[in-house]
Amino acid sequence: MAEELLKLQNIYKNFGNVKVLKDVNIKINKGEVVALIGDNGAGKSTLIKVITGVHSPNSGKVFFKEQEVQIKSVAQSRKMGIEAVYQERALCDQQELYRNIFAGREITNSFGFLDIKKQRKEAEKILRDYIGFTSKAITVDSQVMGLSGGEKQGVAFGRSLYFNSDLIVLDEPTMGLSIQETEKVLNFVKGLKNENKSAIFIDHNIIHVYGAADRFIILDRGEVVGEFNKEDISREELVQKMIQLHESGKIKVED
Amino acid sequence: MNNLLNSYFVKTHKLEISITIIAVVLFLIYFLGAPHVFTRFPIYRAFMQSMPFFGIIAISATFVVTLGEIDLSFPSIVGITSLIFGIIMTSTDGNFFIAFILATSLGMFAGLVNGLLVTKIGIPSIVATIGTLFFWRGLVNVISQGSGIAIVDVADGTWHHMIFVEKLFGKIPMQFIWFIVLTGLMQWVYRYHKFGNHIHFVGDNKASAQMMGINVDNVKIIAFVQLGFFSALAGIFTMYEMLYFWPTQGEGLMLTTLAAVFVGGTSVFGGKGTIFGTFIGVLIIGSLESGIVALGLSGFYVKFINGLMITVAVTVYALIQRRKN
Repeated sequence: MAEELLKLQNIYKNFGNVKVLKDVNIKINKGEVVALIGDNGAGKSTLIKVITGVHSPNSGKVFFKEQEVQIKSVAQSRKMGIEAVYQERALCDQQELYRNIFAGREITNSFGFLDIKKQRKEAEKILRDYIGFTSKAITVDSQVMGLSGGEKQGVAFGRSLYFNSDLIVLDEPTMGLSIQETEKVLNFVKGLKNENKSAIFIDHNIIHVYGAADRFIILDRGEVVGEFNKEDISREELVQKMIQLHESGKIKVED
Repeated sequence: MNNLLNSYFVKTHKLEISITIIAVVLFLIYFLGAPHVFTRFPIYRAFMQSMPFFGIIAISATFVVTLGEIDLSFPSIVGITSLIFGIIMTSTDGNFFIAFILATSLGMFAGLVNGLLVTKIGIPSIVATIGTLFFWRGLVNVISQGSGIAIVDVADGTWHHMIFVEKLFGKIPMQFIWFIVLTGLMQWVYRYHKFGNHIHFVGDNKASAQMMGINVDNVKIIAFVQLGFFSALAGIFTMYEMLYFWPTQGEGLMLTTLAAVFVGGTSVFGGKGTIFGTFIGVLIIGSLESGIVALGLSGFYVKFINGLMITVAVTVYALIQRRKN
C-alpha cells in the first residue's frame, strides 16, 4: 500500500456566486506524479491554488501526511513542503537570480537584513548542482529577463529541490517551451520520483502528460469526472476520453 | 577603457553613473558660469539648508515609486502633521516628545489610510492620494482657520532645535547631516533588508511576488506608512528652521520631490530604482533655482530648465531600458 501524502476531501470553492470547485476528492501518494487535466475553466488552477495556499476552500478538509491542515498562505504551504512552479509567474524579471531564488524566504539576520553572501553562495550551488547550468552568461547576478523559458523553469525547479519539498505543483510547465526544453522539463518530472517526491501537474498537452504521469485526474466544470491509472489506459484511449468529454459533457465509464 | 566600460560595476550601475555625470556637468556649468557664487561656501550652505526638506521625502517616496505606485498626498500630510506639531508644542509649553510622537503617528496614520485605500479597497494610488491630498489640506484649513502658529518661544534655543537645524561647527546645517544619515540608512534597507527586497519584487510583478509567498498588501501598506512618517519628519524639520507653521506648509513640495525621484532614475513602472540616484536627483533639482539665477538668467527660466532636466533624464533612462530589452 502506497503511503499517502496529500488528500483533499469534499473541497468546495466559490468565487461569489460561481461554484468553481464542487465536492472535489483527490489523493496523492508519495513518489507519485499526478496529472490534472481538463478544459479551460474546469477548475484546475483553482484546485492547485487551494493546495498551494493562494486560495482557501469554502469547505472541505485537507490532509497532508495524514494530518488535517488548513493551508492559509503560500508561506505556510511552503513550510509544510509544498512548492509551486508556475510557468509565467515563477520569477520576477528585473531582479537578480539569487534574489529570486530566495524571494519570500530570504536568508536574513535577526534584524531582517539579507545575508547576501550566503544567498549568492547557495544560489550558485543551485545553478550548478541542481540545474546543471554551465553557461557562463548566466550567473547568480543575472537578471531573470535574459533567460529563456526553459531556463526560468529550471531555476524554479532548482529552487523547489533546494528547499527539499515533498510535493511539487507544476502549472503548465511546458507551455511556450521549445521541444528540447520540454524534454528537459519532463525528464525533471520523472526524476522527482526517484527521490520519492510527488508532483501534481497541469498541462494542456496530453502527450506530455501521458509520458510523465502515473495517474490522470480529469476535471470538468469543477468536478472530478474521471480518474485513471496509467496501466489501465493507453494514450489513445485517454485522448478519446477527453474528446468524448468535450463533445458530450460526460465520460462513459465502461466496465 | 573598454575593460572599464564592460566591468560588472558599470553594467549594473548604468543609471547611477548616468545621473552622476548629469549632476557633475550641471555643477560644472554653475561653476564656470558663476564662479563668484560657486567658489564660495554660502551657496553650499544654502543648499544644505534647503535640500533636506524635500530630500528626506524623496528618499522615502522612492520606495513607493519602486512599487509602481505613487503618493500625491504627502504635501498635505506635511501640512497636517506640522499643524499638530505646532499646536502641541505651543499648548504644552514646548513638550518636544509628545509633539514629535503625535505628529509622526498622525503621519503614519495618514500613510495607513492611503495604504488601505490602495490595497483593501482597490483604488489606484494616483486617485486615492489625490483624494487624501485634498482631505488633509482641507482639514488643515478648517483647524487652523487660515492662521499660522509661531513656535519660536517654545522651540528656539532648545536642545531639539539644536539637533534638528543648528549648524555643526558653525557651518554645516544639522538637517543636512540627518539627510545624509537617513539616505544611508534607507539605501541599506532598500537594497539589503527583506522589506526593500519585497518592495522590488512587488513592484516588478505583483502576481509573481504573491506566488512566492510575499504578502503584497502588507508591503504596500508599510511603504505608504513610512512615507507618512518621513513626511511628518520633514515637516518638523521645516518647522524648526522657520519656527513657524503656516497653513500652506508643504504645498509646492510635490513636483520637486517627485522630480528628484524620477530624475534619479527610479522606474515609474516599478521594480527598479536607486536611493543613490534619488539623492543625486535632490542635488540637481534642489540646486536649479539658485544655480539658474546665479548664472544670470531670470527666475522665469527656473521651471523651464527644470522641465528640460526631467524630460532629458527620463528619456535617457527609457533608452537605457529599451536597449536592455
